[in-house]
Amino acid sequence: MAKINKSRKSRPPSRTLPKSPTGIKGLDEITGGGLPQGRPTLVCGSAGCGKTVFGMEFLVRGATEYNEPGVFMAFEETEEDLIKNFTSLGFNLPTLVAEKKLAIDHVFIERGEIEETGEYDLEGLFIRLAIAIDEVKAKRVVLDTIEALFSGFTNEGILRAELRRLFRWLKDKGVTAVITAERGGETFTRHGLEEYVADCVIVMDHRVMGQISTRRLRIVKYRGSVHGADEYPFLIYPSGICLLPITSLGLDHTALTNRVSTGIDRLDTMFSGNGYYRGATILVSGGAGCGKTSVAAHCVDSACSRGERAVFLAFEESPSQIIRNMKSIGINLEKWVKNGLLKFHAIRPTAYGLESHLTGIHRVIEDFKPSFLVVDPISNLVTVGDIAEVKAMLVRLIDFVKANEITCVCTDLTHEGTSLQQTEVGISSLMDTWILLRSTESDGECNRTLYIVKSRGMDHSDQIREFRLTNKGVELIDIYVGPSGVLTGSARAAREAQEQAESLTRKLEVERKQRELKRKRTLLQAQLAALHAQFETEEEELQRAIDQGMAREKSLSKDRVHMAKIRKADEK
Amino acid sequence: MKTLEGDCADESEGVWNLRLYVAGQTPKSIKAFDNLRKICEEHLAGRYSIEVIDLTVNPQLAKGDQILALPTLVRKLPVPIRKIIGDLSNTERVLVGLDLRPGN
Repeated sequence: MAKINKSRKSRPPSRTLPKSPTGIKGLDEITGGGLPQGRPTLVCGSAGCGKTVFGMEFLVRGATEYNEPGVFMAFEETEEDLIKNFTSLGFNLPTLVAEKKLAIDHVFIERGEIEETGEYDLEGLFIRLAIAIDEVKAKRVVLDTIEALFSGFTNEGILRAELRRLFRWLKDKGVTAVITAERGGETFTRHGLEEYVADCVIVMDHRVMGQISTRRLRIVKYRGSVHGADEYPFLIYPSGICLLPITSLGLDHTALTNRVSTGIDRLDTMFSGNGYYRGATILVSGGAGCGKTSVAAHCVDSACSRGERAVFLAFEESPSQIIRNMKSIGINLEKWVKNGLLKFHAIRPTAYGLESHLTGIHRVIEDFKPSFLVVDPISNLVTVGDIAEVKAMLVRLIDFVKANEITCVCTDLTHEGTSLQQTEVGISSLMDTWILLRSTESDGECNRTLYIVKSRGMDHSDQIREFRLTNKGVELIDIYVGPSGVLTGSARAAREAQEQAESLTRKLEVERKQRELKRKRTLLQAQLAALHAQFETEEEELQRAIDQGMAREKSLSKDRVHMAKIRKADEK
Repeated sequence: MKTLEGDCADESEGVWNLRLYVAGQTPKSIKAFDNLRKICEEHLAGRYSIEVIDLTVNPQLAKGDQILALPTLVRKLPVPIRKIIGDLSNTERVLVGLDLRPGN
């Protein structure tokens, strides 16, 4: 019992610790609300990993969104340089300075030019900081990077004592401070600043893997608060830092209920006649040459013909190559490009890192505002990062796309021989609809087949269809399922021909029998007519005999009367 | 702000213009001022002026000369500007810092 109480006491709910929201996308989520309010936070990392951007965004967001003015004390860059550099990030520092929401003080340290001649302290720094804080009534302070002091002053004893005093002083002032520092070899910072700033430590990283760099951020320590402990990749956008924590993705996008056509009639009927859901994520996977891009092109064509705006992200082929190739199967994408409904964004995956790709994609989507997106193919991104990173990036992309109600068709190259249920980057679980294209080899030829592995929230066909590319686009044909198994391609055609022949034979047989029957009937009728004629003849002869007989009888009796008359026989 | 003029002729030529930044009347600042005057009297008698700036009174002046450590002595004239920090108790180093004696 006592133990429970103790553990409860030692870990208060995170809401009891006041926090200062940073306004940096994603960071407030993983810190449960921001940086510890009124306390210093140490941000360390190697050169060029975004420490200054982090600090400046913390101040600018504070000034513009949370009504907390801030002081930026720069030990490395001059005020003019800072203003210039952050203009490219869309931060208008001079306006903020003029509105007294931000104060920038550049502290210039002459390396080795200062002669030390006895006891001194850093009261001057305190005084300058105090003026700046009072000037804008600052709630936030950034010191970037205070380690520069170590190169300016040789007496480390004094310096350390003064730093300790500085951090205590900042705490007493009640300002939320961000102190940046260079990453050290074995310690977090080169000069061991973590010794003084113990409340919150954030490590930023800039790693190059396979010639591609990725920025990451990790919260090493956050006293008195739960926090995400993973390494989170982040991007520096034109609008600042964006960190999308993979593990805390929101799943609150609304699901659209209306359905749209895929552009392939028979495929629509496979989805119970209506196509897929608008805003769904569709995966088209298959081996090389299966027709994935063709299916995607059909979908784009159909979307554009409905008047939707579409973006085609091509990682493999150039736009003109895609247009040419699709023309060969009767899909004219060029006209959509010309009338502004379709935009190609073609880039080699190896051109830059995953976040930069994501940035680029975000920018294209934000600029063009499409309602339809094709990523062709997602598997090519694996050349840039490892599978887990690519998956993380795609999760973020899909989440972004879903939040914007964009229908997304992703193609994925699967290698022959691997399990069909396994996509290259293992993201099938993120997909709403999964169309699998397969080439099957039989009788010395390869034929393409298509089936729907899954389609969330709708009735769909379980049948495998034969998939053919014709000059009028994709055609789906029923495959032959018979006693000898599933047949496709020429085997199906042969089997069909054989069936046709058999059916013809049967038809001829029937016709023959019908003719025979007719003949028999004719014959019988002829026989009947002959009999009838014979009978008539005989009847005629008999009648004549009868008539003759009767006539003779008549003449005999006549003669008898006549004789009697002659003999003068008495009359009776 | 107080200025201590040496008993010097006003010729700008060869005049040393020194500025001492301090924060209040702390033992360190008093010591620094005393040390400075001693050195000046010994080496620059008659051709120096010392301006003492108390940053607790005029804090905004810290930014101009990029003052961090206190006390700081700034040699404004002759150019180039030189900075010396500390209570100036190490006379040798002050002289080197002020270019009154070649350093090692």
